Amino acid sequence: MSSEQRPILSVRDLKTYFFLDEGTVKAVDGVSFDVYPGQVVGIVGESGCGKSVTVRSVLRIVEKPGRIVAGEIFFRPRKGNGRLLEGSQDGYVDLARLDAQGREMRAIRGAEIALIPQEPMAAFSPVHTIGDQIMETILLHQAVNEEEARRLGIERLREVGIPNPEQRMEAYSWELSGGLRQRAMIAMALSCHPTLLIADEPTTAIDVTTQAQVLNLLRSLQQQHNMSIIFITHDLGVIAQIAEYVLVMYLGRLMETGPVVDIFHHPLHPYTRALLKSIPSVYTRSRTFLPTIEGSIPHPFNRPPGCPFHPRCSQFTAGICDQKTPLLQPVNEQQSVSCFLYHRRAEED
Amino acid sequence: MVLGPDAATRISPAHEAPLKIDDQASEIMIAPSEGAEAFYVAPNWKLVWWRFKKHRLALVSSVILMFIAIVALAPGFFSTQDPNATNAKELFIPIQTLHFFDEGRLRPFVYAVVGQRNPKTLRMEWQIDQSKKIPLRFFARGYEYKILGLITTRIHLLGPASPEEGERIHLLGTDRLGRDQWSRLMHGSQVSLSIGLLAVFLSIILGILLGGISGYFGGTVDLIIQRLIEILQSLPPIPIWMALTAALPRDWSVERVYFAITVILSLIGWTTLAREVRGRFLALREEDFVVAARLSGCSQGRIIFRHMLPTFASHIIAASTLAIPVMIINETFLSFLGLGLRPPAISWGVLLQEAQNLQSIVLAPWLLLPGLAVIITVLALNLLGDGLRDAADPYH
Amino acid sequence: MKHTTRDERTLLEVKHLKKHFPIRKGFLRRLVGQVKAVDGVSFYINEGETLGLVGESGCGKTTTARCILRALDPTAGQILFRTASGQVVDLATLPENELRPLRREMQMIFQDPFASLNPRMNLLDIVGEPLLVIEGIKSRKERAERVAEILRLVGLRPEYMQRFPHAFSGGQRQRIVIARALALHPRLVVADEPVSALDVSVQAQVLNLMMELQQRLNLTYLFVAHDLSVVKHICNRVAVMYVGKLVETAPTDELFYHPKHPYTEALMSAVPVADPRIRSAMIPLEGDVPSPANPPPGCYFHPRCRYAVDICSQEAPNLEEIEDNHFVACHRAHELKLRGIGG
Ligand SMILES: Nc1ncnc2c1ncn2[C@@H]1O[C@H](COP(=O)(O)OP(=O)(O)OP(=O)(O)O)[C@@H](O)[C@H]1O
Ligand SMILES: Nc1ncnc2c1ncn2[C@@H]1O[C@H](COP(=O)(O)OP(=O)(O)OP(=O)(O)O)[C@@H](O)[C@H]1O
Ligand SMILES: [Mg+2]
Ligand SMILES: [Mg+2]
Repeated sequence: MSSEQRPILSVRDLKTYFFLDEGTVKAVDGVSFDVYPGQVVGIVGESGCGKSVTVRSVLRIVEKPGRIVAGEIFFRPRKGNGRLLEGSQDGYVDLARLDAQGREMRAIRGAEIALIPQEPMAAFSPVHTIGDQIMETILLHQAVNEEEARRLGIERLREVGIPNPEQRMEAYSWELSGGLRQRAMIAMALSCHPTLLIADEPTTAIDVTTQAQVLNLLRSLQQQHNMSIIFITHDLGVIAQIAEYVLVMYLGRLMETGPVVDIFHHPLHPYTRALLKSIPSVYTRSRTFLPTIEGSIPHPFNRPPGCPFHPRCSQFTAGICDQKTPLLQPVNEQQSVSCFLYHRRAEED
Repeated sequence: MVLGPDAATRISPAHEAPLKIDDQASEIMIAPSEGAEAFYVAPNWKLVWWRFKKHRLALVSSVILMFIAIVALAPGFFSTQDPNATNAKELFIPIQTLHFFDEGRLRPFVYAVVGQRNPKTLRMEWQIDQSKKIPLRFFARGYEYKILGLITTRIHLLGPASPEEGERIHLLGTDRLGRDQWSRLMHGSQVSLSIGLLAVFLSIILGILLGGISGYFGGTVDLIIQRLIEILQSLPPIPIWMALTAALPRDWSVERVYFAITVILSLIGWTTLAREVRGRFLALREEDFVVAARLSGCSQGRIIFRHMLPTFASHIIAASTLAIPVMIINETFLSFLGLGLRPPAISWGVLLQEAQNLQSIVLAPWLLLPGLAVIITVLALNLLGDGLRDAADPYH
Repeated sequence: MKHTTRDERTLLEVKHLKKHFPIRKGFLRRLVGQVKAVDGVSFYINEGETLGLVGESGCGKTTTARCILRALDPTAGQILFRTASGQVVDLATLPENELRPLRREMQMIFQDPFASLNPRMNLLDIVGEPLLVIEGIKSRKERAERVAEILRLVGLRPEYMQRFPHAFSGGQRQRIVIARALALHPRLVVADEPVSALDVSVQAQVLNLMMELQQRLNLTYLFVAHDLSVVKHICNRVAVMYVGKLVETAPTDELFYHPKHPYTEALMSAVPVADPRIRSAMIPLEGDVPSPANPPPGCYFHPRCRYAVDICSQEAPNLEEIEDNHFVACHRAHELKLRGIGG
């Protein structure tokens, strides 16, 4: 198999828990997925289902009292990054085994895997100019002098469509509008040409018109650089517009995965199906009652036993769904589902 | 693992399964765990208490403070001597360690001290006389005092078993006039703590009143009060206190000086609290639930007293708790400089005045012990305040 | 003074509403400028109808909504309201004591279900408060009965009455907010982004509830939102706002399929469609939303408008009814052929 057909990131049975006084929050509870070169993988899920924690685990920036308790995160660094490959298998390193603060992880973060965080305002330091912060990232990962770093920084800003990039280098983040700030954030994330870009709800805090700009920008950048992107959002519309492959998450587990067209036109899991029907769209008839999902998302301390979705599921089978946790299993060429309607594989415990 | 055949037959590619449309009661909750209902119906103070309980240090501090408060309420009961009685024959007696067990039985005693004049320095030098025990007893009779100015009694927690024979004990030694340091410390706590409390109380009243007016009405009133606060806060406090206290007439009685100091402390102290209250008011006024109350037709009074005040009451309590130690330190500091309370008033600051020169510290280091009392109290109050502040907002 | 509205069915008519916030600076808080948050907005809502108010962040939607209920005092303009007795009053200038009896007829649903309930009151006190202060029902038992009835109406169990807000999820809290708003059987409900803060799977529940209650109780909604799909779903008519002004008002389908203002067109094209087969060509809007403290001359949208001509930068267009019930504020409204959704 050519290396292009091998995933750049392969997460296997990842579990990240938060150990609080009140109990354990199983924020991510057995998640597996692959990201191929040049692919845009979307993670959808409602608030608190563990999307951010999943990608923060990949970057090894989960804050205390959380930690990865099980699973592997295989990442394939660029060929040039030789030191990283010592002791690796087939060119993969297991990020879950690396020291989170160690040299290897630092060499990956920012340079190989970059993050556009959920809060662009919080991600920039208010006391340094945009230029300083972009240059710092470049100097950290690339062997260039300051002048060169500056030139590269201006180039990145121009690339993301910021007008007058020379002047904006001297601006502070709070002087920029929401859209420009988000662009600057993207420029910073792209400053070292990462092979994998993680965008954690990059458009949630901004308006639709600005969101459209940012989505267009990410699409074109992704094609130019042949980057892989993990795109997190709870907006199904956004996911339909940008992703090629979709992971549907609920309460720390993957419910269904598949190519975007199949997920939207041929959803299998009851959660995916119900979710897609319950969102109003500009194409549905106005003023009709929407099918809804009963109940609300359980509190993280009150996780139901068995399939996490069973208390709200319209097709739940007593005695099975509330006792065994279904595994994510391929059910046809494209899609994998964790639901007993389609297979019988349950988690051993 | 494989499920039974039943499950297998259920497997179907049913894409068009009917979805439940919720009509009425759509909130199924996961079966509430034990005690969940208690949590759901718990009013605010209970939630605060549950959160506060988790704060170990604050809990310990509140127990310590409870003891200190009891002492401050009835210092006479805990004293062993009249705090103002001087005794020229017992100057600079060192600490007499308290022993509870005598030959394995609970029989408190202290060893007697014997004094000898050093022929070279002509100073009294005190030696502990291990051969002579002074037996003590609980609820002993001693000098006459009043509890809270009401009940006259002679009972003390601890005292020499036979005071008639002139037996006396000095658990923390004596000062240069032979006054019993332990008893003075007990009495000092009353003045120091009550000044702190009273000054904070006055500051709260001023702070809530002015801060509330400023925050609720805004506009010109707000402008004036804010500028006043800014001016007051930009004045250096130490010279101001010094000037104000120096202006107090020398011939004022102890009580009058006491109140004057309290007022001076609170006149400067209210500004911080007023800022806090104003800030909360401003934030709360825009808060959706306050707007909602207004749109429901609530009167201004109801909005302030039913919706706004309860919301920041716990914050105010926390902020005041943190303000008390500052007041205590300020009083101690003023009295230490001789600008605050003056003998015969007893406060921790006045006591520390005795330890002002190097000579007495070298000769009688136990005179510094009131400082330890200040540190413990201030620390405990700060920890308690921290705990309260953390628990004050239990809703996230 | 006698006020008249558009016609007999009109419950609320807003005319040239303005709300300017002063910008003050310095030690003496001198006035240095004004944020024209709402700058001459006019629209009407018929009884039993839902009017959507959409626009980007900071365009003045919340300010408009709050002015109508007099949570804010408007700077200028009229807010004509037809009371239950058939009389038309101008809410904009009504003193507080005359406003209070009218409060029962108009209520508000807030965006953040966590901030809009007093955490220190239980459901009985929260939902019962309007009953106490406006209806004057002093007996706690009687209030409890009424509250139970309202809770059932919004799909909450009456047994929850003793619980505090922290016992409920976001969607349930929004039901409580709705319950409080409906306690006095209002006629006008102003909902400021009522589903924006909710989980996707709970949004539909609340939208359904609002529609159902509207039918049952003949409510009139002013529905503020930024999510166009939601607005399309629930509204009869939609008003589009841009930097404190309305640019277009039309019946929902008309607005979505035949927009007449370039901004509406851009807005429509930016909506991400939840269908991967329709990867829409979004009309990119250059530049940023101007600040309401310092708007451009002429039409506020002209610097970003791809159809702008000279006059657009010189003269501000008026909101005109160019077709029946279709109002547009654009100099070129008659000549432009714009694309709606699916176009
Ligand atoms: N620092 C933390 N301490 C404790 N629990 C946490 C922490 N961070 C996250 N969690 C818990 O982990 C779970 C998943 O959180 P996560 O931030 O991944 O959600 P998300 O899917 O990104 O949601 P959102 O859409 O709101 O960003 C939540 O239940 C949250 O309560
Ligand atoms: N109290 C205030 N003082 C000064 N300016 C204000 C005040 N309230 C709102 N503004 C300004 O008025 C403008 C309109 O605000 P408003 O909250 O009405 O916008 P919005 O359309 O509701 O936005 P969003 O979608 O973010 O809720 C904004 O520019 C805002 O900064
Ligand atoms: Mg997140
Ligand atoms: Mg708003």
